[in-house]
Amino acid sequence: MNEKIIEVKELKKHFKTKSGMLHAVDGVNFFINRGETLGLVGESGCGKSTTGRVLLRLIQANSGEVLFHNENILEYSKPDMKKMRKNMQIVFQDPYSCLNPRLTVSEIIAEPLIINKVYKTKDELETRIDELIGRVGLSERLKTSYPHELDGGRRQRVGIARALALNPEFLVLDEPVSALDVCIQAQILNLLKDLQKELGLTYLFIAHNLSVVKHISDRIAVMYLGQIIELTDYKSIFKDPLHPYTQALLSAIPIPKLGVQKERLILRGDVPSPINPAEGCRFAGRCDYSKQNCFEETPKLIESEPGRWVACHYVRQLEQN
Amino acid sequence: MAEKHLLEIKNLTIHYQTDYGTVHAVEGFNLEVGNGETLGLVGETGAGKTTTAFGIMQLLPEPAGKVVAGEIYFRGENLLGKSKTEMKKILGKQIAMIFQDPMTSLNPVMTVGAQIEEMIKLHEPGTKEEIKEKAKKMLEVVGIPAVRQDEYPHQFSGGMKQRVVIAIALSCNPMLLIADEPTTALDVTIQAQVLDLMKKLKDDFKTSMIMITHDLGVVAEICDKVAIMYGGKVVEYATKESLYTKPYHPYTVGLFNSIPDLDSEQDRLNVIDGLPPDPTDMPSGCSFHPRCPHKMPICSQKSPSKVVVGSEHHVYCYLYEQEGAL
Repeated sequence: MNEKIIEVKELKKHFKTKSGMLHAVDGVNFFINRGETLGLVGESGCGKSTTGRVLLRLIQANSGEVLFHNENILEYSKPDMKKMRKNMQIVFQDPYSCLNPRLTVSEIIAEPLIINKVYKTKDELETRIDELIGRVGLSERLKTSYPHELDGGRRQRVGIARALALNPEFLVLDEPVSALDVCIQAQILNLLKDLQKELGLTYLFIAHNLSVVKHISDRIAVMYLGQIIELTDYKSIFKDPLHPYTQALLSAIPIPKLGVQKERLILRGDVPSPINPAEGCRFAGRCDYSKQNCFEETPKLIESEPGRWVACHYVRQLEQN
Repeated sequence: MAEKHLLEIKNLTIHYQTDYGTVHAVEGFNLEVGNGETLGLVGETGAGKTTTAFGIMQLLPEPAGKVVAGEIYFRGENLLGKSKTEMKKILGKQIAMIFQDPMTSLNPVMTVGAQIEEMIKLHEPGTKEEIKEKAKKMLEVVGIPAVRQDEYPHQFSGGMKQRVVIAIALSCNPMLLIADEPTTALDVTIQAQVLDLMKKLKDDFKTSMIMITHDLGVVAEICDKVAIMYGGKVVEYATKESLYTKPYHPYTVGLFNSIPDLDSEQDRLNVIDGLPPDPTDMPSGCSFHPRCPHKMPICSQKSPSKVVVGSEHHVYCYLYEQEGAL
């Protein structure tokens, strides 16, 4: 039953910058089962978007493996990769900049179908576009509209329709609701859940809003400075976070209710620079529990309890110093 | 007029003239802010939150934006009757503002120290040393080491920049601080730091605050009173306790339902159908009626009037107008 659709092994992406190597993605491991949603959370600059893009080879990885149905797509030739892309698509964060302003809604949705020569006749193409437009809840009269005539929520629906056009199995959703108001955000989240059920899609859902991620994900991976530091099912991570960073991150969420505010763990300082990071645990400098060896030895992401992966030397034995 | 409230806004109406017609950004807006109180002004994009703030500060973009009607009483005086010179003395000194985006509200070619000094020089002149000393102190207050005063904004992270903006705003000890989405551009752990700081400063400086936000979580954290805005109007006003215990207006209820709950399991979110109204073409009557699940024939005909539903809790909705509807 649990068929792994995608598996990532020791994925690395470093960018050369003037001041040194920027470790955007630094040895990331995870897998996603068919029909599952993996939420990838973290703060700005932690490498979550880069992970999503490297996964689809929109950016070339430095090393590591991305196995799609057990085949390493990082080794695919260009034509092979082009064929493969039908199976994996992406929805971008900013619905204002990811749509070509000179194309109409139906032209935008038709583009991937035309490029891949899916349909021979125009009628077939039109039928498919109509079907997609209906599926994402857009009204048909918007077919001839241009992106600037649509609001953020509708634009995001166009982005989703385009991603679905080629019947992909796997979608990377890169902050698909961050730019939207809460009411519109809720509409899009419902749509994504419905589509997943109807079409049996598998999602990698990248976001920084933890309540949104919890709502949509089956499992959640928390990233910090290019590494996954905790990966657990969505229930346990909120009930009983193991990594000190996850604990601080969760306690920082403002909760829209009265009298539920837990004791807040305020983190010291800012996220350190990902350029030439030092050895040891990336979080050690801000961690209340860090000991000498945290600064010397990088903890590995290990399965500390069944289904619960965490990268910390002192899981379940945190003592404040 | 008795100085019961620090700020009292009556029937404020602000229009923008555009090529596409008149934008009814703020329409018959009423609000009071008491001394030492923090009011959360909540609404979606385009609800008129920022326009209201700009209206109070008289910073509306000219000539498009214009206050068409209404009064804004600050300490009993109508700000709208003031000349530009008079306003200049009030802005920064008595009313200060924090803008949403700390990356763009600081001058990139001035050191942060100089930017704080600029404000102090304008309102509380003194010797060079005194001003410099005060600016240093303000940096320390917001948790930035004073040695960094000669650095430029690009050398600071987002959270630190927002601290600098807060230091500038508080440097002349204003009575009213308008914070326009001060933490929206920040990451959640940095947001927690900044909110923590603002809470502390609120207690230390006894400043009244209008917190403009779309995040009901931030409101729960820092505000005493809440005003929910929709289509340029306040549709519900209450103390935080009262509103979070029982929201009345269908829009407020919908807003709460749209937020995924961290504590419970939901398969689907209860969404408000449709989209916010087009401000150039506001629906008649109650502007929420096209999206409202409880709409009645009267809703599209006449604007609802204020219904008091509890102590310091009122709502503009026909559902509660009949006797015994509560």
